[in-house]
Amino acid sequence: MADLRCTIAGIDSINPFWLASAPPTDKYANVVRAFEAGWAGVVWKTLGEDPPVINVSSRYGGHFGSNRSVIGFNNIELISDRPLEVNLREIEQIRREWPDRVIIGSMMARVDEQAWKELAIKIAASGVHGIELNLGCPHGMCERDMGSAIGQVPEMIEQTTRWVREAVDIPVFTKLTPNITDILWSAQAAKAGGAHAISLINTVNSVISVDLDAMAPNPIVDGKGSHGGYCGSAVKPIALHMVAEIARSPETQGVDISAIGGIESWRDAAEFISLGANALQVCTAAMLYGFRIVDDMIDGLSSFMDSKGYRTIDDFRGLAIKNTVNWNELNMNFDTKAFIDQEACIECGRCHIACEDTAHQAIAFEVAEGGKRTFTVVDEDCVGCNLCAIICPVPDCIEMRPVKNDLPYLTWPEHPKNPLGDTK
Amino acid sequence: MAHHINKTGCAKISAAQFFDDLHRPLDGLMAVKEADHCLYCYDAPCIQACPTSIDIPTFIHQIRTGNMSGAARTILSENIMGGTCARACPTEVLCEQACVHHEGGNKTVEIGLLQRHAIDHLMAAGGSHPFSRAADTGRHIAVVGAGPAGLSFAHRAAMLGHKVSIYEAKSKPGGLNEYGLAAYKMVNDFAAREVEFLLGIGGIEIYYDKALDSSLTLDNLQAQHDAVFIGIGLGGTNGLGLDGEDLGGVMDAIDFIEDIRQTGDLSAIRLGEDIIVIGGGNTAIDAAVQAKKLGAQNVTLAYRRGEEQMGATAFEVDLARQNGVMVRLWSKPMAVQGNAAVTSMTFEHTVLKGGKLTGTGETYDIACDLALKAIGQKLEGDGLDGLTINDGKLKVSETCETSIKGVFAGGDCVRSGEDLTVQAVEDGKQAAIAVDAWLKNN
Ligand SMILES: Cc1cc2nc3c(=O)[nH]c(=O)nc-3n(C[C@H](O)[C@H](O)[C@H](O)COP(=O)(O)OP(=O)(O)OC[C@H]3O[C@@H](n4cnc5c(N)ncnc54)[C@H](O)[C@@H]3O)c2cc1C
Ligand SMILES: Cc1cc2nc3c(=O)[nH]c(=O)nc-3n(C[C@H](O)[C@H](O)[C@H](O)COP(=O)(O)O)c2cc1C
Ligand code: SF4
Ligand code: SF4
Ligand code: SF4
Repeated sequence: MADLRCTIAGIDSINPFWLASAPPTDKYANVVRAFEAGWAGVVWKTLGEDPPVINVSSRYGGHFGSNRSVIGFNNIELISDRPLEVNLREIEQIRREWPDRVIIGSMMARVDEQAWKELAIKIAASGVHGIELNLGCPHGMCERDMGSAIGQVPEMIEQTTRWVREAVDIPVFTKLTPNITDILWSAQAAKAGGAHAISLINTVNSVISVDLDAMAPNPIVDGKGSHGGYCGSAVKPIALHMVAEIARSPETQGVDISAIGGIESWRDAAEFISLGANALQVCTAAMLYGFRIVDDMIDGLSSFMDSKGYRTIDDFRGLAIKNTVNWNELNMNFDTKAFIDQEACIECGRCHIACEDTAHQAIAFEVAEGGKRTFTVVDEDCVGCNLCAIICPVPDCIEMRPVKNDLPYLTWPEHPKNPLGDTK
Repeated sequence: MAHHINKTGCAKISAAQFFDDLHRPLDGLMAVKEADHCLYCYDAPCIQACPTSIDIPTFIHQIRTGNMSGAARTILSENIMGGTCARACPTEVLCEQACVHHEGGNKTVEIGLLQRHAIDHLMAAGGSHPFSRAADTGRHIAVVGAGPAGLSFAHRAAMLGHKVSIYEAKSKPGGLNEYGLAAYKMVNDFAAREVEFLLGIGGIEIYYDKALDSSLTLDNLQAQHDAVFIGIGLGGTNGLGLDGEDLGGVMDAIDFIEDIRQTGDLSAIRLGEDIIVIGGGNTAIDAAVQAKKLGAQNVTLAYRRGEEQMGATAFEVDLARQNGVMVRLWSKPMAVQGNAAVTSMTFEHTVLKGGKLTGTGETYDIACDLALKAIGQKLEGDGLDGLTINDGKLKVSETCETSIKGVFAGGDCVRSGEDLTVQAVEDGKQAAIAVDAWLKNN
């Protein structure tokens, strides 16, 4: 059985699965249930200065798949709406009762050095392992010049991180917002400010859907709606990209990463780790299915590691980084073609119409005398785009097979047809 | 088995109240899940397997997107009796048989149940009729018979702008939808509700208790209308050709079913304790299963050949067995015994010898107080003089025209496909399109 222990910002964790700062980590009752379920740590729901914020009623919206599965989720909730003292006393109590679990205190404050420092000191005194700076909330708090209002300005990320570093001597995590143009600017700023680790992503700004009867965006509060933070499975690709950029950029590589965004299963977790994440945070999946989903995250990750012979997380951490490159470094001579397993094919015709209408007219369709339908790839016309393999409903029925052509690795800058020569 | 209907002792109860749906309708959750199982195939084989060519992937996709009335319109635009077909089609040998999931060895999509879900939704929502009529052509067409073929014809003809008058021998519309389909397929008076919906197109009048016969002839109809469509089904039944067939307690299964469908008081149905149903088709199965559901003690279905030769589908034979019907194969009726009423029947075992059915000489008796004959229907009617009949059915051309110019026909009374509701609906639709074209030149 693989060893799932990990370390981030110098903090040891019994497994890489933490709950992200959000309702699941809002109070004593939730966090204790989470620890009982097997979560290794929590980032406490973001704490602010008193008086606590007040939330509206009607707070979440869903983006649904055809089967009413929730693909994406959004919220217009603010930070913790309970008094700071109550939160801190509960943190102290859980720290005593669950010594092997991690608690990170998430915080945000006005753009004021004193405010950030005083709050950080109070939270640190409760015994948390570290502090996470919430610089990402894209709704509500940003209208009060907090959250993403700070996280969208690299100078302010750096300054806020530095303030907290100066105030406390426990690890500091800077949590980034994806609502920016280039995540590297934010990551570099956090690093420059002295962050021990970077957490990302916070939620993506969104209007989740429009209620066509009420003619208002969801979630609707008395006839009106506002943009909110998007998360859940649908944001995973965005988060993967941002994690990868930080992990492979010369300026930021090596910084500890607490990866967040759409992690629902062990496979998602393994993907983030392969791109360099030291630990993971989960919010939406827990909200959709309950804390029990951590069981399979743990079990699945360890089975995967066993099957690959990885004994520790570090054995495979970051292995995909070196294979994540710029487009200009790809091999133009690589050639792959779709191959249809006629035995497995159930003759639905989806590959044909997809390729015929929208790709390269490379899947021939023939109907034999008795009605038997045959779909065959026309190798000359197949450009290897993967479309058919993606839409085929039968697993492994369409395989993309690399063509052996004995041509050398040739990038676009080196390519004879590149009009700009080897400059771009 | 449930209680015996004759012994319930409760107030009068009709088939519409007594029988439950054979297939439980899908609720919203299951409909969406089932719709999701459909792969939205290109040039889908299920479409080709539907006699009316409903665009199945499209209507299922519409259910998936929540466009329920659009789904219903997609169905009804090819099959105006999509509601009955969804309940009565042997989908296991039609659309669902062709579903590509078959190929993958998986559970096929429940096309019939999804179709029902969409149509029921549209009918429950009410509102205006989903189709409109083209500009009035000034042409007037007579239809004989208000069964699926006649009604489907009338609806399409009305849509194309013609005026339609239907002459129906009985006092209710629907044909076998109303009188013949098993009660557990058509609960809650669905046949009548569907006809009312269909007539919502406008431009169709029905004259009841008006049969094509010596007083209302084809000549009369032709004189008063621009074209005639005949959809009279198969009014006659085949006999056993045995002595004693006229004894009390020996009757056509079709009449037995009609009694069940039409009575306001099921306890008044003549239901024996020991029933024999003779035949191997739909009708035999339906009669046997309904008898069993009504509480008959012993129901034996006797068929002279094997299961493979049965007209009924494997699903239906299973249904009979599950309902406690005793199925006796390779049994040929030889004699009917009794004085005033039947008391037993004699059967001879049969075998196939060189492809020919032959008796073995071995016989056995089954006691019975009711014997139901379901050995096929045949074309019958006084008013068919002058029409060429081929192989027991009206002869029609590619364009559905009979041997008399301007007289068209479809449904069970012609040989187009299987004798099924869905085929009759298709025949009516195609004939209306053909008549519309014909009228442009005549
Ligand atoms: C017991 C039974 C069960 C069946 N179950 C199924 C099933 O589950 N699924 C399925 O798909 N099919 C089933 N069928 C077959 C299906 O009912 C027929 O294929 C279909 O009804 C044929 O439609 P039609 O319009 O051609 O004829 P019919 O439905 O027979 O309608 C003919 C109409 O014409 C009228 N008529 C007859 N003669 C005259 C006349 N001289 N003048 C005026 N009107 C006249 C009749 O009263 C009737 O209203 C079943 C048939 C039977 C008998
Ligand atoms: C209802 C809700 C409230 C949230 N509140 C906070 C918060 O107070 N502080 C914070 O840093 N992030 C907050 N988040 C963002 C999550 O911590 C997390 O970054 C984001 O949801 C992406 O992860 P996921 O896809 O696993 O949900 C919240 C998310 C949700 C859904
Ligand atoms: S999509 Fe897959 S199953 Fe469907 S026809 Fe193409 S290869 Fe066959
Ligand atoms: S009409 Fe019958 S055969 Fe056609 S799709 Fe509907 S259920 Fe299938
Ligand atoms: S064949 Fe089956 S899966 Fe394909 S469109 Fe028809 S019902 Fe759907």
